[in-house]
Amino acid sequence: MRAFDYQRARKPEDALSANAARYIAGGTNLLDLMKLEIERPERLVDLNALALDRIEDLPDGRLRIGALVRNATLAAHPLVVARYPVLSRALLAGASPQLRNRATTGGNLLQRTRCPYFYDPAQNCNKRDPGAGCSARGGLTRNLGILGISEACLATHPSDMAVAMRALDAVVETRLPGAPGETLGRSIPIAQFHLLPGSTPQIETILQPGELITAVVLPQPLDGAQRYRKVRDRASYAFALVSVAVTLKMKQQSVARVSLALGGVAPKPWRIEEAESRLVGQQLSDDALKTFCDALLSGAQGSATGNAADPHRLDNANDFKIPLARRMMIATLRDAAKEA
Amino acid sequence: MEMTAPVGRNAIDINAGGLIGKKLPRVEGPLKVSGRAPYAYEVHPDGVEGVLYGYPVPAPIGLGSIGSIDTDAATASPGVIAVLTHDNMPQGYASGPALAAALKENRLVNPILASHVIDHYGQPVACVVAETFEQAVAAAALVKVECSADASPHFDLRTEQYDAPKPAGGPPPDSRKGDFDRAFGSCALRIDESYSTPAQSQAMMEPPATLAIWHDANSRDAKAPRLTLHTSHQIVDWAQEAVAALFGLDREAVEILSPYVGGGFGAKLQVLPDAILAAACAKVTGRPVKIALPRPQIFNATSHRSATIQWVQLGADRHGVLKAVAHRCWSGNLPDRTFYEQAAAQTRHLYATPNLLIEQRNAALNLTLAASMRAPGEAVGLLALESAMDQLAELGQIDPIELRLRNEPKTDPETGKPFSERRLVECLKLGADKFGWSKRTAPGQRSEGAWMIGMGMACAIRTNLNRPSGAKVTLSGDGRLLVQTSMTDIGTGTYTILTQIAAEMLGLDPSMVTVALGDTDFPASSGSGGSWGAGSSGSAVYDACMNLRARLAHEARIPADRAVFARGRIGDGRRRSQPLRALVRRGALVATGSISFGSFSEQYYEAAYGAHFAEVGIDRDSGEIRLRRMLGVFDIGRVLNHATARSQLIGGMTLGVGAALSENLVADTRSGAFINHDFAEYLIPVQADIGEIDAIMLDAVDDKTNPLKSKGAGEIGVCGAGAAVANAIHNACGARVRDYPITLDKIMDHLG
Repeated sequence: MRAFDYQRARKPEDALSANAARYIAGGTNLLDLMKLEIERPERLVDLNALALDRIEDLPDGRLRIGALVRNATLAAHPLVVARYPVLSRALLAGASPQLRNRATTGGNLLQRTRCPYFYDPAQNCNKRDPGAGCSARGGLTRNLGILGISEACLATHPSDMAVAMRALDAVVETRLPGAPGETLGRSIPIAQFHLLPGSTPQIETILQPGELITAVVLPQPLDGAQRYRKVRDRASYAFALVSVAVTLKMKQQSVARVSLALGGVAPKPWRIEEAESRLVGQQLSDDALKTFCDALLSGAQGSATGNAADPHRLDNANDFKIPLARRMMIATLRDAAKEA
Repeated sequence: MEMTAPVGRNAIDINAGGLIGKKLPRVEGPLKVSGRAPYAYEVHPDGVEGVLYGYPVPAPIGLGSIGSIDTDAATASPGVIAVLTHDNMPQGYASGPALAAALKENRLVNPILASHVIDHYGQPVACVVAETFEQAVAAAALVKVECSADASPHFDLRTEQYDAPKPAGGPPPDSRKGDFDRAFGSCALRIDESYSTPAQSQAMMEPPATLAIWHDANSRDAKAPRLTLHTSHQIVDWAQEAVAALFGLDREAVEILSPYVGGGFGAKLQVLPDAILAAACAKVTGRPVKIALPRPQIFNATSHRSATIQWVQLGADRHGVLKAVAHRCWSGNLPDRTFYEQAAAQTRHLYATPNLLIEQRNAALNLTLAASMRAPGEAVGLLALESAMDQLAELGQIDPIELRLRNEPKTDPETGKPFSERRLVECLKLGADKFGWSKRTAPGQRSEGAWMIGMGMACAIRTNLNRPSGAKVTLSGDGRLLVQTSMTDIGTGTYTILTQIAAEMLGLDPSMVTVALGDTDFPASSGSGGSWGAGSSGSAVYDACMNLRARLAHEARIPADRAVFARGRIGDGRRRSQPLRALVRRGALVATGSISFGSFSEQYYEAAYGAHFAEVGIDRDSGEIRLRRMLGVFDIGRVLNHATARSQLIGGMTLGVGAALSENLVADTRSGAFINHDFAEYLIPVQADIGEIDAIMLDAVDDKTNPLKSKGAGEIGVCGAGAAVANAIHNACGARVRDYPITLDKIMDHLG
């Protein structure tokens, strides 16, 4: 672990003026990566003293979640439990109680992939070392992506929280350095927040250097049902093989409104609004669901061919995520429809 | 004492104080939960100053050689005192004839930094020593290792199994009785299936860690040790022998201290890189050095359980009575290593059959050392055999328990030796009753909401091992008893059961007994491994206490066979009694004791037995498999402490659940790396995976094993546990998965 400078920010301006620094809040991911020499920041700015730990019920019905609100606090907040149960469930499906007590809302969005090749400095990884190549391709891919991936990177985004926020159309509020003595703010729809890897998998979000997440804003609550369903290899403390966040409103047996985001399958929460609009007005028939799932899984590719981790063991590959995602989308929508 | 005959009624049977078997809470528990039981990385011995920190640099390739190691940047890094490579290890390291002997016994040591050869991925090739841990970590990342990789490494058991030779050492790999082929061909019911189990990691909680201290060679005390290792090892006497051989020292010059060990599961039977490197770094720098292996390195730099491929053939008549049994197994290890995963071991002993064929082969693989992991052999062998038996029961339309009853042997199936004691049938019947086995339905018939429910069972067997052990007991003038043995407590409860044995033998309150362990200065012991620890070390303590009782009786002028020990007093069983402390003159009364087993135990086949029952639920949508409840019933001879024994058993069962459902250490066959090398990716069960779990112990004595009449409880819990889960999965959804672990992708076609 390298020696690094450490500074506590008292107000956002302190943070924004700290050039070339990495921000640290919960530290649940960054510190692990620093201990492994995967992240090597020269300077850390600790955000924990900033007044960004409030949950505000805005007059227009939206909910603003401070970037420093801990995952455990957010999951248990009465307004979240009542209005955004999909978010509460997603948070509780992630990590462990100890981690949720520490991890923050902003940090959760910025956590890095769990690809095992990213975690081993002796393996090639374009995310860790741009241009080095990707050892994951042809290796152990059980937890890796089937959608939105590229030749350069197969990684998934490991967050559960972000998947629910994507289904809820959350907006990420940030501040970034402007002219001397000034800061600028912007609002980023969560759909645009995470980037697909393309040929630059080391660039994971739309944030500019030094840009600080200050809050996540949830739109006015939706009527209908919400569900978060996470499929994993053990009952707790495991990343999603596939997860599904759903909000659904039915009207006379037909879909009045739906949003569905998939986790565990792509470098970002995976949602296709166009497919949702086509489902509106339809009953949740086998055909309609098939069309919907086809649209979400369009272009999905597994890695079984050329899997060298053990060519005889398909459980080391991720092809099963394609039928699994289909099953879980259908099951979660049908389950939600019972109360929607 | 030596075991030469069945043990008659003794003080342990009489159990006058009622301590044997009692659920005495762990005597060192308060120390552990309050952080006052220092593990190896946490010791701060008096007078030891200037401790340095070491951090190993792992090899980035799987097989090949080191071209050069550039240590300049690391050496110039802040706080760095030294960087060790194979070029500057201390003189005399890894060169003596004693090392060659130790290497033959491959349990002992895997030398590192001994040459330019890289024989597996992650093998330490350098070690940075710095003033602080963080400085060592930072500098380690600056060491540049240039390697040339061998063009044709062997990382894949599947491709190597065809050339796999017969293991050159270890237990006999093959066995033949009758004519398997002929008999199998004419059987009415036949099962003929292949199985695979993945590599597994022992994944103990406490990382291997060592503080190494070299002492002044000119010390006036010629008998004082020259090297002290505070380390985490299961058998300190083995560690002493191996470290002495590595560094060219007399055995007595090495002191090993492992009073607390946070789990071993077999991994800490080896002297691991932390100990070797700490000793070498301390020698070179002239200062004490502390090293703990970081978690990602543990998976590649210590040892693992080999993957296996197994082929089981069961032939039976139409009533399910076995006529022909064959079990073949392939595992792997580094070239020239004799240890192999004897996955067919239990098939020699579990079911009666006139025709038996056992073949075990071990491929040369350039992966991290394959070595013992909890119940080596049976833990994975029963995953195959008991799945095959379940399939045979289904084929013959026989209840799986009834099938076992029809194949219960009267003598050992392989050798014809009598059993010392075998209560498997009792385990099966009691377990079936307690678990509600009669409610089991045909496959795929039971569901609750989205869950498909199934029940399965499997048998457990683990050969009972004994090893020589010694102990010393010291009664002081204040009436307190000190028990000393080099035995370790690796989380199993040894401190507690030895306290109970000594207190019971001398009629003392347990609070008057202190047990001191894990020190090579104490009488040599069996150590912890192979489930032999409690029986072996406990018998040595028993023997030492018998000798002390004789001394006390003599001092009290009471015939030894009439002496009664109770409430801290010795009496003649009538009116006369006096406090033990009154008999202690000149400071203390000391007695030693030992146990050895000679050839007596070879006259019998000794094993622990059990029956596992599991109920699983399978989510009809996702295929997620969750254990709902599990029960094991065990014949482990006399139970020394019902609480600690139960913990061992349910801990073993939990390991079995992991083997069945999630544990899979994946070797990337391109690099030879075990690539999922942390607890986020190598999935051991968590609390939420286990549901309701319990173990019942028959508590029936076995007078042929040892004076305590106990049998090993440490490993029997895992044996067969995973197979019960696998069979429950079949019962729930009809899928018969033979490639472990049984993950949801493998049953997706059976979810409907």
